[in-house]
Amino acid sequence: MARTESRYSFGGDEHLFVEIDEEMSLEAFFKSLSVCTAIKQANIRGVTEICPANASFQVKFDPDVIAPSDIEAEVKRIEAQAQASHRIATRILEVPAYFRDPWTTETLMRFRDRHQDPNATDIEFAARINHYPSVDAFLAAFTGSPWFVSMVGFVAGLPFLYQMVERKRQIQVPKYLRPRTDTPALTIGFGGCFGCIYSVRGAGGYQMFGITPMPIYDPQQKISYLQDFMCLFRPGDILVWKPIDREGYDSIKADVEAGRFVPKMAEVTFDLDAFEHDVDGTNRKLLEALHA
Amino acid sequence: MLEVVRPGLATTVQDLGRPGYYHVGIPISGAMDRLAARTANLLVGNPEDAALLECPFMGPELRFEDARTVAVTGADIAPKVNGEPRPLWTSFRVEKGDTLSFDFLKKGARIYIAISGGIDVPVVLGSRSTYALGALGGFKGRKLEAGDLLPLGAGAGAAEGRSVPEHLRRMPEMPAKLRVMPGLYWHRLTEEAKQSFFEDTWKVAPEADRIGYRFRGGRPLTFVPREQPFGAGSDPSNIVDAAYPYGSIQVPGGTEPIALHRDAVSGGGYMMLGTVISADMDLIGQLQPHTPTRFVPCDMAEALRARAERRKLLDAIRAHLAA
Repeated sequence: MARTESRYSFGGDEHLFVEIDEEMSLEAFFKSLSVCTAIKQANIRGVTEICPANASFQVKFDPDVIAPSDIEAEVKRIEAQAQASHRIATRILEVPAYFRDPWTTETLMRFRDRHQDPNATDIEFAARINHYPSVDAFLAAFTGSPWFVSMVGFVAGLPFLYQMVERKRQIQVPKYLRPRTDTPALTIGFGGCFGCIYSVRGAGGYQMFGITPMPIYDPQQKISYLQDFMCLFRPGDILVWKPIDREGYDSIKADVEAGRFVPKMAEVTFDLDAFEHDVDGTNRKLLEALHA
Repeated sequence: MLEVVRPGLATTVQDLGRPGYYHVGIPISGAMDRLAARTANLLVGNPEDAALLECPFMGPELRFEDARTVAVTGADIAPKVNGEPRPLWTSFRVEKGDTLSFDFLKKGARIYIAISGGIDVPVVLGSRSTYALGALGGFKGRKLEAGDLLPLGAGAGAAEGRSVPEHLRRMPEMPAKLRVMPGLYWHRLTEEAKQSFFEDTWKVAPEADRIGYRFRGGRPLTFVPREQPFGAGSDPSNIVDAAYPYGSIQVPGGTEPIALHRDAVSGGGYMMLGTVISADMDLIGQLQPHTPTRFVPCDMAEALRARAERRKLLDAIRAHLAA
């Protein structure tokens, strides 16, 4: 990790912004998540929102209830104590993924003038600049290890995903030169070192690789597994892609509509030290827990 | 029931917002000019956080199915009942079958229409506010359309003729002044850019909505050169995606500052140079496209003083209407 000291700054008179590190790393994400959990547990008077992000976090407070200098001192104290935690209890979820689907392909073709490589599809471009011999080899790497939900946001319920591999194996792709004005709902996107699932239809700048038939946000809360809360993902969840074809896509979509579909999910404990000691072994155990 | 005859441009149901879900990307929403919204509710005898209509740049046409007390605050868009003018910032009666319509916009950007009893749409995650991007809350999660029938709550309503005097209303100056606390990724700007941001007069761009207000016309902002951190992206204005404070000003590519507002995208990968102070957020809601705007540097002490003044103003409105 590049930095040991976090950077504190105020976002106006209502937000405390804490940058754990300038660069993305699992360690920075873990620290952000554990400090946010500790702040939540501390039940600080006047705190209205706690937002963990990839390598930073934000606390919204009411300065009529707690002075800005007091919230800063309180969070610094909590950060100093929370540092040690490298283990979290979390969930692992399987997400069916239909790559190179007709809908995102149609959309990306409409916006070729905003792309770095108008003569290739987004996934062909991503495979090439990451030095994979073929799209299939690229997809094998993309789906070959789990991903952390390192942040939820931008729009309602959208997960940012960080691949659980050593940095040298991480995929990196630039965003579109100019953002698109349209992205199908449930598009599987990628930009910088982050994957995402677009929870709603709308503008977007991430490269488009495919689509999932599994809704992740439902403001009506009619989808069976979104009746407790309208957003599926929480920061700290672990996601595994399950590649499917058109037939698999249609059948899951029908199951979702009939209220029969239940995401495959398991409770797991993740240990960062064990992961850093043996990346593939730790990932294998996570998958075993999912399929147990 | 309230019938929407003509919807206006982007009329939505709003209250004071939906705090608590930003960490999953659901923004605070609620009225962009909260002081105007609270005042409108107080004028008709509603609780301050009752749901009302927010209408940008243009008024709707509404038909009433029963007698109600109504008040319109915010922008200068004169209301009319069956074609007869009614004053702004003042409660008036409408009878069964009456039509409320509006003149053209003269000043400001958004009106708030409070109706006694409030708009009785379902409460979703603690609020009746509309978050259109997420199809959440309000009336069917969207802006109003012709033919919509809005449920109204029960409420006798205050008397007509209650009014708030001029000195208790708040509208932007010309040019508009927004106080900004530098911070967040301010250190990414060059000394030149730090100066020019506050020296230049910017103009509100046509992209000015509930998500955010874009400004243009100032000198482009330059960044301190660096090797981009891992995961940040290649543009010098990129950062590793982080949470965006409500009111924060991001500058994609260094060209056009965007101040996020009530339906903010909750996070992303553009550096933010600072945040508009809470006391000035309501003013943004009253800016029309092309309004010349200056950003004024401000520290925490001044931000808290301005916040206290704004609270005093609200207390004065409450006291005036309680008398």
